[in-house]
Amino acid sequence: MQPIQANDVQNALDQLIGKELYLHLETTNGAYANHNNESVLTVNAYIRNGKVTPLSGKIMGIGPFRVGLKIELGWIYAEGLTHWEIDSEGRLLLAGHDQEGRLAVALQLSSSPFDV
Amino acid sequence: MNDHLLVIFPHPDDEAFGVSGTIAKHTKKGSPVTYICLTLGQMGRNMGNPPFATRESLPLIRQKELENACAAVGIEDLRQFGLRDKTIEFEDEQLLADQFLSVIEEVKPATIITFYPGYSVHPDHEATGRAVVRAVKAMPEMERPELLCVAFAKNSEEDLGAPHIVTDVSDVFEDKMNCIKAHRSQTQWLVNSVEKDPAMLEWVQKERYWRFPL
Repeated sequence: MQPIQANDVQNALDQLIGKELYLHLETTNGAYANHNNESVLTVNAYIRNGKVTPLSGKIMGIGPFRVGLKIELGWIYAEGLTHWEIDSEGRLLLAGHDQEGRLAVALQLSSSPFDV
Repeated sequence: MNDHLLVIFPHPDDEAFGVSGTIAKHTKKGSPVTYICLTLGQMGRNMGNPPFATRESLPLIRQKELENACAAVGIEDLRQFGLRDKTIEFEDEQLLADQFLSVIEEVKPATIITFYPGYSVHPDHEATGRAVVRAVKAMPEMERPELLCVAFAKNSEEDLGAPHIVTDVSDVFEDKMNCIKAHRSQTQWLVNSVEKDPAMLEWVQKERYWRFPL
């Protein structure tokens, strides 16, 4: 992945508007968050292969970045994004990594389902 | 005498820190080891530092790492169950126990190593340990293998007492470190801390097990 350049990501998002896509959306502070520090709640959530059609989408911020996508009945939102790539299968992968390189948030869109 | 060792864990690298020395000692004497690894750790958050994996490339990378880790400690029989990281507790526990039982009946292990239910922190660890206990309990008492468990919850010693078995693995330290290092996407921080912290180095040279009361 490479550090996010907002224009490049915006161009990639623009290509996806109006298309039926598969969504991977995730946030995590690690399965051992509470084990490592009792004052921290272990919080992890993901959706894999939600079917969505973005009506519009924007990347905002000066880094780390936020992405918001409007869908017919609501929103898709992620904050803390630092890196991105279009992978070898043409999928848009956005992720936020902490100081130690650990993934904390991911927002990914693909025209075919993600592997399960 | 049959001295087959069966190791059952949910994630590639679960074997590395706490058990790989025991495995290396076992294979070095020419005794067989079977390792059942349930998932590819697809949802791990360590991507390397700096990150070299993505959420989508991570399972492919961890597959390779797992194969290298097995080679480092002489595991020739790796069974992968193709389940998904973080979902073990939502699978049918009886079904999983039945699958374990069929491997147990096939390889007839003298000893099984898994996580201690209630004392292994990660929900996948807990669910794996529970299903292994269920499988072993389904066997006639006389035929049951010894069941050794890894526990690392903070209250482990308080509740369970001192580990029943502490194995010194300093004689296979290099193999163990090679196994840990093979899981590069997940263990760079650990390798650094073993190299810098004498207490950590001491900790890695011992492997601790509790016998599960069946």
